[in-house]
Amino acid sequence: MSTAIQNSETYLDTFSEFEKRAGGHDLPWLRQLRADAFARFCETGFPTTHDEDWRFTNVSAITRTQFSLAQKDARPLSKSELAAWRVEGAVAQLVFVNGQFARELSTFDSLPANTKISSLQEQIASNPAAIQAHLGHYLDIQRDPFSALNTAFAQDGAYVHVRRGTVLEAPIHLLFVSTANNVPSMSHPRNLLVFEDESQATIIEEYVSLGSGTVLSNSATELIAGENAIVSHYMIEREDREAFNISTLRIQQQRSANVASHSLLLGGGLVRNNVHPVLAGEGGECLINGLFVGNGGQHLDNYMHVEHASPHCSSRQFYNGILDDHAHGVFHGRIVVHKDAQKTDAKQTNRNLLLSDDAQIDTKPQLEIYADDVKCTHGATIGQIEENALFYLRSRGIEENSARRLLLLAFAAECLERMKAGPARTHAENLIHQHLLTISNHVPAQGSASHDHARDERSLEEVG
Amino acid sequence: MSLLEIKNLHVTVGGHEILKGIDLKVNAGEVHSIMGPNGSGKSTLAQVLARREAYKVTDGEVLFKGKDLLAMKPEEAACEGVFMAFQYPVEIPGISNAYFLRSALNAIRKYRGGDEMDAMDFLPMFREKLKLLEMDEKLMNRSVNEGFSGGEKKRNEILQMAILQPKLAILDETDSGLDIDALRIVAKGVNAMRSPDRAMVVVTHYQRLLSYIIPDFVHVLLDGRIVRSGGPELALELEEKGYVGTENEARQSAPTSA
Repeated sequence: MSTAIQNSETYLDTFSEFEKRAGGHDLPWLRQLRADAFARFCETGFPTTHDEDWRFTNVSAITRTQFSLAQKDARPLSKSELAAWRVEGAVAQLVFVNGQFARELSTFDSLPANTKISSLQEQIASNPAAIQAHLGHYLDIQRDPFSALNTAFAQDGAYVHVRRGTVLEAPIHLLFVSTANNVPSMSHPRNLLVFEDESQATIIEEYVSLGSGTVLSNSATELIAGENAIVSHYMIEREDREAFNISTLRIQQQRSANVASHSLLLGGGLVRNNVHPVLAGEGGECLINGLFVGNGGQHLDNYMHVEHASPHCSSRQFYNGILDDHAHGVFHGRIVVHKDAQKTDAKQTNRNLLLSDDAQIDTKPQLEIYADDVKCTHGATIGQIEENALFYLRSRGIEENSARRLLLLAFAAECLERMKAGPARTHAENLIHQHLLTISNHVPAQGSASHDHARDERSLEEVG
Repeated sequence: MSLLEIKNLHVTVGGHEILKGIDLKVNAGEVHSIMGPNGSGKSTLAQVLARREAYKVTDGEVLFKGKDLLAMKPEEAACEGVFMAFQYPVEIPGISNAYFLRSALNAIRKYRGGDEMDAMDFLPMFREKLKLLEMDEKLMNRSVNEGFSGGEKKRNEILQMAILQPKLAILDETDSGLDIDALRIVAKGVNAMRSPDRAMVVVTHYQRLLSYIIPDFVHVLLDGRIVRSGGPELALELEEKGYVGTENEARQSAPTSA
């Protein structure tokens, strides 16, 4: 399947060293979990474009780079440096520097009762049984080499545990800061988010950079939503353009749980965001909503793997992409409906705006249906900014750049409207508004070609 | 100086010459109607004045307030005071009508060196205009023209005109597809805006609208040229004889330019 790992000795050395000292190295189960994951990673190596799951994303730049494990103290940070990254209205902000928890930089405004917010490493030390009950139970390390690599180096990240029936109105903000180093560095944040039955919460997982440098953030999050739990998860990527960011969100949904995953890919150079919900109990609902905005030479890959494992569940995937310059976007929407998952209702829509001739989008639906009474639809569109709409706005006095930005905002608003009103959505809105300013201020050359493009718009709508 | 002065305007679209030498003067305070059958070039004239880029001017000039209109971008023309009510208003999902209108109004005010209007000042003015056009306030928080009926879209155009207060309003077949009630409302909105310092150019296929918006001058456009000009009675004559009859008469007597 994959090529052998280049730099395999480096990884082996790094792992051997890590394994001896990592938090929880004395816990046999954890040691085993890491060792097994590393063995699996050595078997598969990094994926190549020959792997179906990675057909559109070439990670050879990661494969051939010698990364060392990033250190938290590589560059001391102060709270004031983080001020710009606060989320207004968040109940707590956990700060991780190069993947490691920085308690001194974190804030806990008013910790709600029945809620445990901490770091994975602290929990491994103080309450390993709670971690052992979930860690590694859901993430698929067999299929995904990056998940295996993450598990091999799993040590720190966020730990959130919301008890039965607890309702958190304000979001919890998890901020991952990568700092530039002289040498390429990697971190493997591992988050465990447990929401018991009938609880309600919002999590913002956000990746930012301080300085520019070759950094790999390879994160994995296991999110468990108990019966009737209502959870919103935001993944926000806005790292530096030199950053590699691979992330996996694995959602385990129990009966009637309602989970919304919102992802905003704005920054990073090479970005892959995997979202893998498993609707394990009847009546579950999952919304997977995303916006990716790329320019320059950014590569933004969205890989969905939605598993319907129980009857009467519904899933909705809505992804909008805006791509300019040479940016390359990918939307891979895989839906698997298991044999017993009758009455499944799964829908997938991917809409894209290409703002330049060199921008590229690969969109691929992949339906695997083993039940016979299901409704699955998928559709994708690729288009340009509508010249008629642009002229309409301009003819009312709105200057061309502003008109373009308005139209881009309107396109992005489709994603924003699917988010519940509140601080997390406001945060997302602000980021998108700022970001689109940078995209729309550059007006592509106009020509007669724009007319032909309008006719390129195609729509695929199938019912399987 | 005329508000609008069109001299020997030639325009091609996709290699075909559509306007073949238009001359027209419009003074502030006047309402001109341009009538003609399908394909005569009426809408092309309207679009060129609104500065649509797909139309290529091959000869002639257009002065608006003495400035070269053909050198202006669409947004500059709008800020200078040109407004076109679209024959086919565009749907823009995701932008609310109210937000769009306030953005447009503020863009124009900014261009003219004025202050931006905040939502508090904007709303009362907005409500008043809505009432004039008998429009439901709920339409205002909906996306621009999205899901509007044909009549609602046309009324929305006049609403925009009422808010933006242009110097020159061009109505491009605003009457097409309207039932009589909607037509009356649209005409009421337009008539409320007639003023000594504003001119209007009403482009239409049918005489019907001109019973409600009585023009000072009527021009007949045929095959890219103005073949006849006259007063409001010309519209009635057209209704009676049709465009072909008018064309025959035009051949007998040389066309007069306004």
